[in-house]
Amino acid sequence: MTTRRDVLRAAGLGTVAATLPALAFAKAATDTRFVLVILRGAADGLAIASPYGDDDYRKIRGELAIPAPGKEGGSLKLDGMFGLHPSLAGVHEEFNKDQALIVHAVASPYRERSHFDGQDVLENGASDVGLLRDGWLNRALAPLGGSLGHEIAIAMAVNTPLVLRGENSVTSWAPSRLRDVEESTIRRLQDLYAEDEFFATRLAQAVNSQEIAGSEAGMPDMRYRNRNAEQVRTMMQATGRFLMAEDGPRIAVLEAGGWDTHANQGTTNGTLANRLAGLDAGLVALRESLGSMWSDTVVAVVTEFGRTVHVNGTRGTDHGTATAAILLGGAVNGGRVLSDWPGLGKSDLYEGRDLMPTTDTRSVFKGILADHLEVPRSVIESSVFPNSADAPQMRNLIRG
Amino acid sequence: MKNTTVIAANRFGLGARPGDFDIVDRNPQSWLLDQLQGPSRTPKDIRKLPHSSTVLIEIRDLRRAERELKRAASDDPSADQVRNYGKTARAHYSRQISARYRTAAATNHPFHERLVHFWSNHFAISADKQPLPTIAGLFENEAIRPNVAGNFGDMLIAVEQHPAMILFLDNQRSAGPDSALARRANRRNKKRDLGLNENLAREILELHTLGVDGGYTQQDVTTFAKVITGWSVGGASDTGRFAEGDPGRFEFREIIHEPGAQTLLGKRYAQKGVDQGEAVLRDLALHPATARFLATKLARHFVADEPPAQLVDKLARAYLETGGDLTAVYTALVQADEPWREIHTKYKTPHDFVISAFRAFDHVPDKTRFVISALDTMAQTPFRPGSPEGWPDTAEQWGGADGLYKRIEWCNTVARAIGSRARPEELGDAVLGSAMSATTRKSIARAESSVQGLTLLLASPEFQRR
Repeated sequence: MTTRRDVLRAAGLGTVAATLPALAFAKAATDTRFVLVILRGAADGLAIASPYGDDDYRKIRGELAIPAPGKEGGSLKLDGMFGLHPSLAGVHEEFNKDQALIVHAVASPYRERSHFDGQDVLENGASDVGLLRDGWLNRALAPLGGSLGHEIAIAMAVNTPLVLRGENSVTSWAPSRLRDVEESTIRRLQDLYAEDEFFATRLAQAVNSQEIAGSEAGMPDMRYRNRNAEQVRTMMQATGRFLMAEDGPRIAVLEAGGWDTHANQGTTNGTLANRLAGLDAGLVALRESLGSMWSDTVVAVVTEFGRTVHVNGTRGTDHGTATAAILLGGAVNGGRVLSDWPGLGKSDLYEGRDLMPTTDTRSVFKGILADHLEVPRSVIESSVFPNSADAPQMRNLIRG
Repeated sequence: MKNTTVIAANRFGLGARPGDFDIVDRNPQSWLLDQLQGPSRTPKDIRKLPHSSTVLIEIRDLRRAERELKRAASDDPSADQVRNYGKTARAHYSRQISARYRTAAATNHPFHERLVHFWSNHFAISADKQPLPTIAGLFENEAIRPNVAGNFGDMLIAVEQHPAMILFLDNQRSAGPDSALARRANRRNKKRDLGLNENLAREILELHTLGVDGGYTQQDVTTFAKVITGWSVGGASDTGRFAEGDPGRFEFREIIHEPGAQTLLGKRYAQKGVDQGEAVLRDLALHPATARFLATKLARHFVADEPPAQLVDKLARAYLETGGDLTAVYTALVQADEPWREIHTKYKTPHDFVISAFRAFDHVPDKTRFVISALDTMAQTPFRPGSPEGWPDTAEQWGGADGLYKRIEWCNTVARAIGSRARPEELGDAVLGSAMSATTRKSIARAESSVQGLTLLLASPEFQRR
């Protein structure tokens, strides 16, 4: 059977390809899957994985402290020190199967408190804002293969986030409610764009994504009350479709907003708990849609920085420094909380207000790139994270 | 027709309507600068909107009714009113969006209107947070629009004292640690609801004035946050201290203001009350880092993603020499040679793209839903950039594959839904002029239907750039 994609390839991509230099339809060099989930707005690591075993925690967090495991509304036990937020039941289940890992007191090298700059550093992989204009994950794609029409990485967004922007071709996709465009119009546009590389490349990528996703994917069911959660869930499902497609991408980046809890953050219930429940349902949906590929998958959930240890005047928390990261998937060497715990005593805090970072987020990323995606160490150190000797690669994050 | 005509109408303006080139062609530079002369004109659709304080009072009353109903029995017949809250909020948002895009589609002063949008994005608020969807458009009209051709310092003060900005960045209850109310609460050992919030202070320094490299420190942020404690909104709660003041309007609350002189960026501010914050804002407006930051953003918006350094210098100089006179800066921009060297140097944002399509079709949108859903699909929902940084302004950030595909889908949709009586090639000449390539002309001419021809025109590289 001839699919629309074949027709378009025959009719259009040839034209596009002819105008582009050195086009090679190489197969991806990796068959493992990696999903990066960026929580924008600074998610509170002290609520995601609360250090109930630290005597200072309840004192310093007061009304926003999550109760210890076993108490009413308490966290889900990870070990003798940490508990997972009760909204993250799905992640906890994976943890109990040794397929989820928490890294605590992590931070990028960024030490100020602007969301935008914090996200910039988290995504550019440099030691400071604006030092690199492209994203670390894009730079890591070079040795992994992939090419125009066969991109190895996809941004699950209309606009590609910085972490995936750069020299290596990536694709992007987000759901649409608009009617399909006739094939003949697409074909004519491919001709019209042939002399303009900017447009030609992007159209070729988009045509491929349309074929994989189909027209209905990712449309949230608006009957659900928690729309945010429903959106996360459907996007995770669509991500699964892309990652499972033959010839499809192997790496996906998703974003979820709404973590900037300056006011009325809540504990077991409330704003943050709702966001976490949505994230948890999304991660479960992703696992389900990946089926047997789950055993070769790593999902990393990260945020630009953490939040203040103290509660502010509006029952929320302000911009802080270190936070927690979640790794999950069948390839993760899980069931552990990795943390050189800095403590919450007054003198332990960064600038007297934030959780002190003890692990560089880049160390976590390096561990995933090296041991899961098998990016050569020399590439990681020279181009993915240049000048990052102070952030050594974490070992044993991935199952051996 | 001159290339400068196409640049004036399409890059400085909001996109040519059929016939516009004839007018612009007489003198493109004057056509732009004349739009800034005379008293500020409020467009018809915008004059009809209520004042933000009126809306905030209405919203407050609806919320109060909602709370009371929650306390009362659930079978209360007026429970409909509660559901009305969401409906009312959406209706306000929708009316304001309608006025904004109808104005943009119909205006004869598209350069002026573009500047309103530019500054409103510079001072971005994001309507993700209640009650901002109900006043986001009003904020633009009340704080930005009247000052767009005036002095930056005046715009800055109008913006930072507008309830929308104060509520967006949580300043309404930010209390100085030594303020009268905090000291009283401390004595009673009850400081739950009182504390300093640095959000507004940080964004003023980072995003509104100096820029992130502007040479301030975390200490400056904290000090500035203390300076603007008490900048609040009247009637911000039902009872108690925060109920005082003219509801829905700027209210200075002495009782939570940090008393005493403060030293910021090396200068001591001994003023009392609201004057202290205004003095800081006046100085920030005149700071060389602010001049450079604003000049760079303007040059990026009007010329190229990588703004020419010499142009930035010219604009910053015009700004500093006139003490922040924005019309002087725009004049320097329009009279510089850099903007006129190349045609169509900028990839349109979805906002630009949608407005220019309406203008090309000479269509003033009457269905707001159509406008909002278009921009939503292309990931630029009006007044919802998601952060105070506002929308990005480069092809790198808007140029994703999916973003392009959504545009193509929308071109097809709008060509069907609205269309034009003009023949597609003639329309191309009328709105792209000398920017239209031979390839595009040929492609449009060979289209199998008028809908397809119009789709190809809107989706052409030339139309997607400005």
